[in-house]
This record gives sequence, structure tokens and C-alpha cells, in this order.
Amino acid sequence: MATTTTAETTRRDFLYIATGSVAAVGAAAAAWPFIDQMNPSTAVLALASIEVPLETIQPGQSVTFKFRGHPLFVRRRTPAEIATAKAVPVSDLIDPIARNENLPDDAPATDANREIKPEWLVVSGVCTHLGCTPTAFEGDFGGWLCHCHGSQYDVAGRVRKGPAPQNLAIPVYSFLTPTRIKVG
Amino acid sequence: MSGPSTYVPQTGFTRWLDSRLPLVRFAHDTMLTFPTPRNLNFWYAFGAILTFCLGVQIVTGIVLAMHFDPSANVGAVPGSSLAFDSVESIMRDVNYGWLLRYVHANGASMFFLAVYIHMFRGLYYGSYKAPREVLWILGVIIYLLMVMTAFMGYVLPWGQMSFWAATVITNLFSSLDQITGGLKVGTHVATWLWGGFAVDDPTLNRFFSLHYLLPFIIAAVVGLHIWALHVPGNNNPLGIDVKGPQDTVPFHPYYTAKDAFYVGLFAILFAFLVFFAPDFVGNPDNYIPANPLVTPADIVPEWYLLPFYAMLRSIPQKLIGVLVLGGAIVTLAFIPWLDTSKVRSNRFRPLMKQFFWLFVVDCLVLGYCGSQGVDAAPGGVPLVWVARVGTAYYYGFFWVLMPLIGLIETPKPLPDSIAKSVLGAAQAPAE
Repeated sequence: MATTTTAETTRRDFLYIATGSVAAVGAAAAAWPFIDQMNPSTAVLALASIEVPLETIQPGQSVTFKFRGHPLFVRRRTPAEIATAKAVPVSDLIDPIARNENLPDDAPATDANREIKPEWLVVSGVCTHLGCTPTAFEGDFGGWLCHCHGSQYDVAGRVRKGPAPQNLAIPVYSFLTPTRIKVG
Repeated sequence: MSGPSTYVPQTGFTRWLDSRLPLVRFAHDTMLTFPTPRNLNFWYAFGAILTFCLGVQIVTGIVLAMHFDPSANVGAVPGSSLAFDSVESIMRDVNYGWLLRYVHANGASMFFLAVYIHMFRGLYYGSYKAPREVLWILGVIIYLLMVMTAFMGYVLPWGQMSFWAATVITNLFSSLDQITGGLKVGTHVATWLWGGFAVDDPTLNRFFSLHYLLPFIIAAVVGLHIWALHVPGNNNPLGIDVKGPQDTVPFHPYYTAKDAFYVGLFAILFAFLVFFAPDFVGNPDNYIPANPLVTPADIVPEWYLLPFYAMLRSIPQKLIGVLVLGGAIVTLAFIPWLDTSKVRSNRFRPLMKQFFWLFVVDCLVLGYCGSQGVDAAPGGVPLVWVARVGTAYYYGFFWVLMPLIGLIETPKPLPDSIAKSVLGAAQAPAE
């Protein structure tokens, strides 16, 4: 077949582009299952909530539970610790947002916004830097120290020293009875 | 430098094959007669040593995979996992399993030891300079693939260090959240890598799959690396171009013998580590089964990643820390254009040579900082500040000193030719 060079757009050009476009869409559609298979499966997504009994936790004690594959800290704070946490102005905080899933996204990180009852602090045990589990009762702020990269949290689980960028997250939870909470 | 082929098929079969698939011709031209500078020293043996390392890792890895069970589920031993138990079974029950695993685990360290020497050698003799830029960049890609492979391999025994290394490294991607706002792209990437909401069984499975795949990709890129080497030919300690046949010797037997000798020496060191100190480079915490609720008190990467770990830890801001970590490796790819000097070898660069050795010391100091605790301050000097200075020098060396020194330095006079320099003007064959 003889080919002719012409500046004008021809029906053949249109066919080339249309065919190429269909092939590109087809390739993308074929690639998607190979990418999406790595996302969490439905079995993983079917996450259960957990119930945590509180009666055995003593004042000043922090207990770790497993929630959705991650550690969850439940800490019974002493009156002195509560007073310390309440005395911190929000302007002193690295992250001024409460990070509390029970509250609106922009709630300020006052101590009151970090709990349902002041005595009980329920926070995710996942350091917001790179996901290590911080150690309780260490560091300069009476809360947690992450040994991986040195981040420190106070007794309200708020980050006080970097490199962690955010306060420890607070999951959705509620009191079923005064001594039992449901998380998730 | 890859001149016309000198291969002449000797038998009927090789003549028949040569006109259909010139495989023997290819091997003859690249591995036997390939003209190689006559002045390559010990430091040039690490290409062969690295090929040896890759072979050892692939062979031991294939047989270890026959006995390994990539499952984070709990098996017969409570608190452990099938993966951890199968590694213990390899160590205790499988015939010669202890040997194969210790060779594979220490092989990774020996591989990195060799690759670092290989990289420093390239840096010292200016092997990245035109016309070898592509060769150098392929090397950086191989190094990056090696880091990924080593990381995923380290996760497989599913000990405490495995689990928390996987957690920390995959969480590096979550720093993207800080620039993508409400989209939480980083969190989605981390979830996609995990196949869940934490490092768990799906993560272990895919890491095993990729750990098996990547070495073969490395082998393919090594093929390109050698191809890119064979177009301009080897650089050499003088850093001057080969001017003719008097400057070269055939690869075989000169460098096959020399390389084999040094591979032997390297294997002795390797064997010493495997047989007398098999856990020397390992972390004892990795003999504790993974526990998602407890992070070990001191979490450190393997020694070969400590300098980068020190950089990450010295930056008190998450996203910037991650960018500094990644940028340290990406920087290497730009070296061919950062170095403005016309002279390749540091033998003739009196100023650059000093800063080069300072750079080597800097990498070692960063490695030391990374190996110590977060708040360590030996002699009252906080190591986090040492690491900050070290990080600044790492970047400053490549992005400031390299372009600058090339402009202000007066290099020493270069020799006329490799042959004259090696043999002396009197004995050099006529040119």
C-alpha cells in the first residue's frame, strides 16, 4: 500500500488514535487487579471491635491491649497527672489538634478533648512518626517515650517532642458500664 | 573499546552455531579477549567479588525457600509464628540448614561490604565521569534494589527486629500525608503495602514473593551494568583513557586469575564470619518472635544501613527526615554532573583527595551515630548533633564541594599513557 504524507488529518489518523486509546484503557484496566490485590482483603476489612474491662487497672497504671493489629493504651491517670495535663496551654503543643475520632476533626488538643472521663485515657499505641510502640512512664513529660527515634508524649498522649508530627490517635470508643468500654 | 571480534570457530559445530546464535563468540569477546587496562589494582576486583556474592545469595536463597514457610500465623509454638518456627527448623532440623542460612544471612553483609568498597573505589578514581555516566547510574539502581531486597529478606524470619523494621520502613511512606492534606495518600500507600492496617501475614507473604523476585531483577540490571562497562571499557587508577593495545591486556588470563585470587581471599573472610562469628552482624532481638504490641528498647537496622538511619534520626521533622534519607541515595545518581573536574582519578587531585577521605570518615561516623541510642552523648557530645554535622557534610560534599573543587583545584600533571606510567618510558612498547 502506498503511503502519502499529508498535513491534513485523515480518517486513518483518527483510527490510529482511537485504537491506541482503547489499548491504553485496556492496559490500565488489566493492570488494576494486579495493583488492587495488594490492598486489604474483605477478610481483613471485616474488623471487630473489642471490649476492655477497666476494673483491674489501678490508678497510675497503663495497660496495653491489641486492637486491629495495633497496640491500644488504656491508662488510668492519677489526679496529679490529670492536673499536669490540664495545665498545658494548647499553644505549647506541637500538634494543636485533638486527633480524637469521637470529636470533630478540628477540635483543639485540650486535655478535655482527649478523653471521655478525665481518669481514663484511651489512645492508640502507634507512634505517629514511624509506627513503633512508645514505652509508658518514660521521657520528660510523664507520658510515653518512643525508643525508635526519640519522640515524647505527655500524660494526655499529646506529642511534646519530635520527630513525631501528631498526637497519639484516639479511636472511637464508649463506656458500656462505668468499668467497661467498647472500642471501635 | 570493544573492537572487532577476533573469535574464529574451530569445529564444525561451533561454525554451525556461530552463524545461528553467536553465543560462544559473545563469551569469547567479553570474557576472554576483552582488552582491559593493564594497571587495574586490588580495588578493581570487587566487580568479580560482587558477582560471586549475587551468585551465593541466589543459590542459597533458592534452597532456603524450599524449607521456609512465609506465614505470620501461629503454629505449634504459642507466641511464635510458622515463619519464625520454619527458620528455627532450618537451623536445627534441615540437613546443613544452619550452614545455608548463615551463609545467606552473612552473605547479605558481605555483599554490602563489597558494594561499599566498589562504590568508594568508583568515587575515588572518578569512574562515574564521561563516558561512564550510565554505567554509574545503573550501579546506583543496583544498590537501591539491593537495599530493598535486603530489607525484605530481613523481615522474613519474623522476629522482633523483622517486624519492627517492616513497620518503621513502610511507615516512611505515611510522611506523604504531610503534603497531601486530607487525601492521606501516605496512609493509603502504607495500607496498600501492608495489605491490612498493620504489618501482618499479608505483608510477610508479599515480601517473600518480592524477595524472591528482586535478585533476578538485580541480575538483569547487572547484565546492563556490564554491558555499559564494555562499551567504553574499564576506567583505571590513573583515570586516563586507553590509547592503544599497548595499554591493555586481555581479560583472560590476566584478570580472570587476579579476580579469582581476590574472590578467594574474600571467601576466606566470608567463611570466617560464617563459621566463627555467624551472629556477629545480627541482632539478638531477632531471635525473639515478632510481637506487635512491644517495640524492642533499641531498634537499629543492619550495619549497612546505619548511616542513613542516623540521618533520618537527626532530623526532628518527619517529612524532612524521610526526604533527607531518600535524597542521600538519590544524590548518588547526580554525581557524574556534580563533579566539574576534567581529571578523573583522585591520584592527581590533591584537594579533592582530602575531602574524599573526610567523606569516608563521615560515612563511618554517621554509621556509629546510627548504632547508638537516641539520646547517647559519649563524653558529653550529643550524637544527634554529630549526626547533623555528618549529614550536612554528606550533602555538602556532593552538592557544594564537588562542583566547587573542580573549578578551583590545580590537578597534578597526568601521565602520557598507561603503558608509560606502568612500565616506565624506557620499557614501554612503541606507540
